[in-house]
Amino acid sequence: MNVTPASRETVVDSHPADGLMRADRLPHILCPGCGIGSIAHCYIDAVARSGIGEDRHVCVSGIGCSGRAAGYVNVDSYHTTHGRAIPFAMGIAVQNPSLVVTVISGDGDLTSIGGNHFIHAARRNVALNVICINNFNYGMTGGQAGPTTPRSAKSSTTPFGCWERPFNLPHLAEAVGASFVARWTTLHVRQLQDAILYSMNKTGFRFIEVLSPCPTGFGRPNDIGDGLTEMQNYMRRCVVDEDADLRDTEIDLTHPDSRIVVGNFVDLDCPSFHPALTEPPPPPRSAAAWAAVRPTQFRAS
Amino acid sequence: MPLSKTKRIPIDISSAQVPRGRVFTIPSRCKQCNFCIEFCPTDVLAYSKEINEKGYHFPIVAEGKEEACVHCRFCDLICPELAIYTQEVVVAAEPQEQSP
Amino acid sequence: MTEAVTVELEARVMTGEHFMLGDHACAEAALAAGVEFFGGYPITPSTEIMERLAHRLPRVGGKFVQMEDEIASVGAIIGASVAGGRSFTATSGPGFSLMMENIGLAAMLEVPIVIANVQRAGPSTGLPTSVGQSDLLQARWGSHGDYGVVVYCPASPQECFDLTITAFNTADQYRIPVFVLMDEVTGHMTERVVIPPEDEIPRVARKRPSHPPGEGTYLPYKADADLVPPMAHCGEGYKVHMTGLTHDERGYPALNAPTHEKLVNRLVDKVRLNAEKIMLCEEIGVEDAETVVVAFGCTSRSARRAVALARARGHKAGFLRPITVWPFPETNIRRIIEAGHIKQFVVPEINLGQLRREVERLTSLPVKRINHPGGAMITPDRIVQEILS
Repeated sequence: MNVTPASRETVVDSHPADGLMRADRLPHILCPGCGIGSIAHCYIDAVARSGIGEDRHVCVSGIGCSGRAAGYVNVDSYHTTHGRAIPFAMGIAVQNPSLVVTVISGDGDLTSIGGNHFIHAARRNVALNVICINNFNYGMTGGQAGPTTPRSAKSSTTPFGCWERPFNLPHLAEAVGASFVARWTTLHVRQLQDAILYSMNKTGFRFIEVLSPCPTGFGRPNDIGDGLTEMQNYMRRCVVDEDADLRDTEIDLTHPDSRIVVGNFVDLDCPSFHPALTEPPPPPRSAAAWAAVRPTQFRAS
Repeated sequence: MPLSKTKRIPIDISSAQVPRGRVFTIPSRCKQCNFCIEFCPTDVLAYSKEINEKGYHFPIVAEGKEEACVHCRFCDLICPELAIYTQEVVVAAEPQEQSP
Repeated sequence: MTEAVTVELEARVMTGEHFMLGDHACAEAALAAGVEFFGGYPITPSTEIMERLAHRLPRVGGKFVQMEDEIASVGAIIGASVAGGRSFTATSGPGFSLMMENIGLAAMLEVPIVIANVQRAGPSTGLPTSVGQSDLLQARWGSHGDYGVVVYCPASPQECFDLTITAFNTADQYRIPVFVLMDEVTGHMTERVVIPPEDEIPRVARKRPSHPPGEGTYLPYKADADLVPPMAHCGEGYKVHMTGLTHDERGYPALNAPTHEKLVNRLVDKVRLNAEKIMLCEEIGVEDAETVVVAFGCTSRSARRAVALARARGHKAGFLRPITVWPFPETNIRRIIEAGHIKQFVVPEINLGQLRREVERLTSLPVKRINHPGGAMITPDRIVQEILS
């Protein structure tokens, strides 16, 4: 829309994207500096740009701060039990393959308590778009260590520093058979939104890890300061390397200069899991139509 | 865009038309995460002196930056609260660029 | 699947007379009830239900998925149900324990699901291939918090068929989880099963929103007078939000005591206030009975025989079989007590006293126990002995 210039900011009471948010629930419950709101925003922008009707999008979340994402997006949305978002979403996707089902949940939800569901849905190549918000800890319960907490990081359950080896999620996702694997951060909002949009139009199990600041649960005990400092860390450490060997993409925050590899790592064309004898439905969008909105050239398989 | 904040210089920088934008804010939603202010490529934004209902300083257009917004939408995309966005401003075209 | 498999589609309803396994009758009933999605995990002695559906469900246009565990099984059938299809899973005790978390979710989201639990002897792995009836209380109280469920207990393969059909209708009518609580003996018993023509299979439809999306306001958790809210499925445009958190009529989280009180009372009252309509109970000779034997499932078959034997020996014995163990048929028991002839109850069951608790709750008369923790049937002679002593 073209508008006339104004010398200063204009105060308004609504956002153009409010229609795709449950705006009557804003502001949300998440802390200042938390990145989950940015990711929800990227998701709804991708929904709007997808060319797929809003009615055909479904968002499913598990439990935790990230699990609250489904509660704010204005599509059919389900806030399920801890770790069980993927099987719930799989039931929807298999029962009605015309729906575009996105799971937005946290690292602990999806890969600790829900780890078994994660690997099996990827193995089957279920038609799910999984956005894993990795904030390196359990935020909702007050900052406990999780399966992605980096070595030596402090949390309320690792007061002497984490002794465990964390998951390297892109490597895990690739190993168990995901069709699309990406990692971005809440700083990379454009790439993230493009990756979400791209994966919405793909078949099979798609996995996007999004590193997100958690100033309250992860930043504070680890002297990271606020969410902004964590974002500045991402700006300093992140390297886009789409040809990276995913064995080497573990996140190590113990060395101040260690790099965080981000990018769209895996992009395969594999048909979605379809357990019925009837013909599976076509993918959501034809390749030609998709090319028109394809924002960036993604890595070919 | 000030080149000091970018690593690469576009080869068509001399001929490219830089868009202009206008900033809209919803101060009541702001939680002062600072993302929009910090990551604005043209440093358009600054904190307000006043606070919103929850006690946060929200973004305003900084002194002297009234014409600086390039409508890149980064503040909009990165805002976790949907509390800021920009819209493109159509600047009156130069006479020699008018289409026949 | 990458390669198209050509298989001829079959009829959903196997109308006719069959000599059929109880587990298979349950599976056939699920098909006849219109199940579109089955997600399950193999476990003795319920596996025949799953195997039958693996063969049959794809051939009637349905989706069969072997899930990674029972937690996922229930998660997936809840998902399939919110997407509009009748969905089903089958398990036994250890799997039923794993399902409890998502059973609570189904109760809270008010998503209709049906689970068959073919009981074996517990606790833990116990006697996997032998009979038990010890999931009675777990079926009612297994998930945390208060909620209402309905539990049917078939005592024959024919009832495995009939009650599974009823279970789907009850689940859809009240938007609740409903269980078919079978046992190893009933599940592995082969008997005559009559499957009626398709148009004679009763079908209760889910209550659906009264107007299309966008017209008027649809509140997903605004209940009607019968305490059941109309259900919108995903993909229909109503943009519903469902959460396991305490929620208001919009479906939005509302984390406060008054909302919780209103919601949870309604979840329980949906079953409690409709109990008279839901309860099913079989009685034989209770009108003048001095001893009434209360038994369910396979044990009721011994009890039925024992009551006949006791009658033959001149004792006024009666037989009462709760077909819905939950809601427990209190009305029938109270009526027998109020009639004044009854002197004692006898409760045989293959657990250490779960049903007896319910009977004792209703009477001060003696309630004799005949218990076995599992692995063996209770014989008619043992029950006769207790009736006559």
